[in-house]
Amino acid sequence: MPGKVKTIGDLIRGIKEKARPLRFMEVCGTHTMAIAKYGLRQLLPAEIELLSGPGCPVCVTSQSDIDLALELAGRPGVTLFTFGDMLRVPGASGSLETIRARGANVIICYSALECLQYAVNHPQEEIVFLGVGFETTAPTVAVAIEQALAHKVNNFSVLSFHKRVVPALQALVSGGNTAIDGFLLPGHVSSILGQEPYEFLAREYNKACVITGFTAEDILLGILMLLSQVENKSYRVEIQYKRGVNPEGNPQALAYLAKYFTPVETTWRGLGAIPESGLGLAEAYKDFDAFRRFSLQLGRKEIPTACSCGEILKGLKKPVECVLFAKQCTPLEPVGPCMVSSEGSCAASFYYGR
Amino acid sequence: MDQDCILMSHGAGGLKTYQLIKEIFHKHFANPILAQELDASLFPSAPGRWAMTTDSFVVKPLFFPGGDIGKLSVCGTVNDLAVSGAKPLYLTSSFIMEEGFPLIDLEKIVASMAHTAREAGIQIVAGDTKVVEKGSGDGIFITTTGLGLVPGEIDYSPQHMRPGDKVIISGPLGQHGLTIMAARGSLPVSTSLVSDCACLHELLNPLHSPEIRCMRDPTRGGLATTLNELALQSGLGFLLEEGAIPRDPAVEGLADLLGLDSLYLANEGKAVVIASPQAAPRVLAQLRNHPLGRQASLIGEVTGETPGQVLLQTDLGTKRVLRMPAGELLPRIC
Repeated sequence: MPGKVKTIGDLIRGIKEKARPLRFMEVCGTHTMAIAKYGLRQLLPAEIELLSGPGCPVCVTSQSDIDLALELAGRPGVTLFTFGDMLRVPGASGSLETIRARGANVIICYSALECLQYAVNHPQEEIVFLGVGFETTAPTVAVAIEQALAHKVNNFSVLSFHKRVVPALQALVSGGNTAIDGFLLPGHVSSILGQEPYEFLAREYNKACVITGFTAEDILLGILMLLSQVENKSYRVEIQYKRGVNPEGNPQALAYLAKYFTPVETTWRGLGAIPESGLGLAEAYKDFDAFRRFSLQLGRKEIPTACSCGEILKGLKKPVECVLFAKQCTPLEPVGPCMVSSEGSCAASFYYGR
Repeated sequence: MDQDCILMSHGAGGLKTYQLIKEIFHKHFANPILAQELDASLFPSAPGRWAMTTDSFVVKPLFFPGGDIGKLSVCGTVNDLAVSGAKPLYLTSSFIMEEGFPLIDLEKIVASMAHTAREAGIQIVAGDTKVVEKGSGDGIFITTTGLGLVPGEIDYSPQHMRPGDKVIISGPLGQHGLTIMAARGSLPVSTSLVSDCACLHELLNPLHSPEIRCMRDPTRGGLATTLNELALQSGLGFLLEEGAIPRDPAVEGLADLLGLDSLYLANEGKAVVIASPQAAPRVLAQLRNHPLGRQASLIGEVTGETPGQVLLQTDLGTKRVLRMPAGELLPRIC
């Protein structure tokens, strides 16, 4: 079927022919931004609803995890490195940006290796990499730990808030309160995981599934493929993004994940605690685990706000349905993480959607 | 000099300061006005209106493909003058250096500034140096102030824009911003990208006419931010054609990979020109006639329908709002 489809016009005509009231979730934050950036909702028939899923690593970081990072960054002698998007995510008592302004050492970086290099150059400081991201990002952190071990860097550790996509999807579909007919599955994460881990969605829950790329053509073709699965009641995991994803994934990256990390229960913003959905450091690398090195205790209470990020991540609300959206909550003064992140659904709606 | 790096005593105002100024700054910047060695340089006046601008440069890394902080500190200020319609004439430069900064790097930066200024026909007529303790700075910061002369009839203010005026960009976008990101060595890719850092006055000065409504150089925040500023200042809007915007395939490929949008990436050698519909074809032809404007393109127009907003008509026929960015551009982590 996909081979016959050539142009955007063909894709849209195909989608309109098959359209009926359906709800599809794009799991990945990059999909959310691409859909908004290309204005694809303007092209789709009104019956097809696109929901943003829990695929933005900044958005799903819990308030209590942010508070933990704030506590650690405030300790004397500690320098905390993280990705820029994390800086403005609010915890209960401020953000990394606000404590940096008050004197904490918080540095923006683009990779864990950059952080490791800083640790080599500053042996008198304790350097902590605050890692967020899914299976795409975590292998690069594993490489940094491998190099730290090889070069005997003993002032470097990782505060791992990395998460696994599949347990979150499991929690979403088994929760029963979200009517989702199909998933546009994440292209980048799937380039690591391959196809198999998602099979349960089709097999056990009758969800249409397409691993999709990030151009307008990719996304429209992904939607058309989802519609065909629903039409034929033939639910399976298809790969639209063949140029980026092998069915078996990336064995080397998977080996890094398996060696350096271990699945642990973790709390997702909006979704709550999900067993085996986090990536903690494996026992053999405990010396690099910031939780152990600094005796950090998880589990602080979340302080509720009027922010609807939780419902938005579950596909229960759209950003514009949040009472704070574009009023008290804007990219300049974000209340929730979905408005902070460059991959967040609220930021996408704010920048492109209105 | 005996030492190989900046010492606190280089900033103390004594012999070492004098030696530094003579052996590095005056050696490279040499010109009759600077040679006066007065507390304030004297220069002849000229008929017309003066334009004055100042800018500070804190780029990291200091040396990058296509330029360095010295070249950038001259081009940036020259371009602010050029888009104001001024012919750049004089520059001052102020250096804040960190203790321990290698003198060999300082000399390379100063030589690069001198070379760029010579090529631009602008004289560096005054300067200042300060040294801060190690750890209090980031190698070197440079502030330049530029003076230029504006011909009588020229007034490029956004208030002169009218609905129907054309938007012209002098070339593809994002080369500087992405080159700097890549040159920091923290991206998971290597590239052959080169900054577009260049002085634009020779490209822009010949365009001068009342039919040019406004000019800007889209530096930090890129084209999208520059047009948003113009929209807010004028109370008018813009409608851009995505397909008409010139693209650099290397920039677009890497930006796509990183989740960045070239319309928001910084440029250091591009100008956006708003011209009347009648003048637009002439302006476009003139720009394309210059090596720095070969890929100039007419990318959209000023509208009265969406006050304060910049809209992009996408290749798919959809429209999206190009908003002012809220913070710095960051590669995706997903």
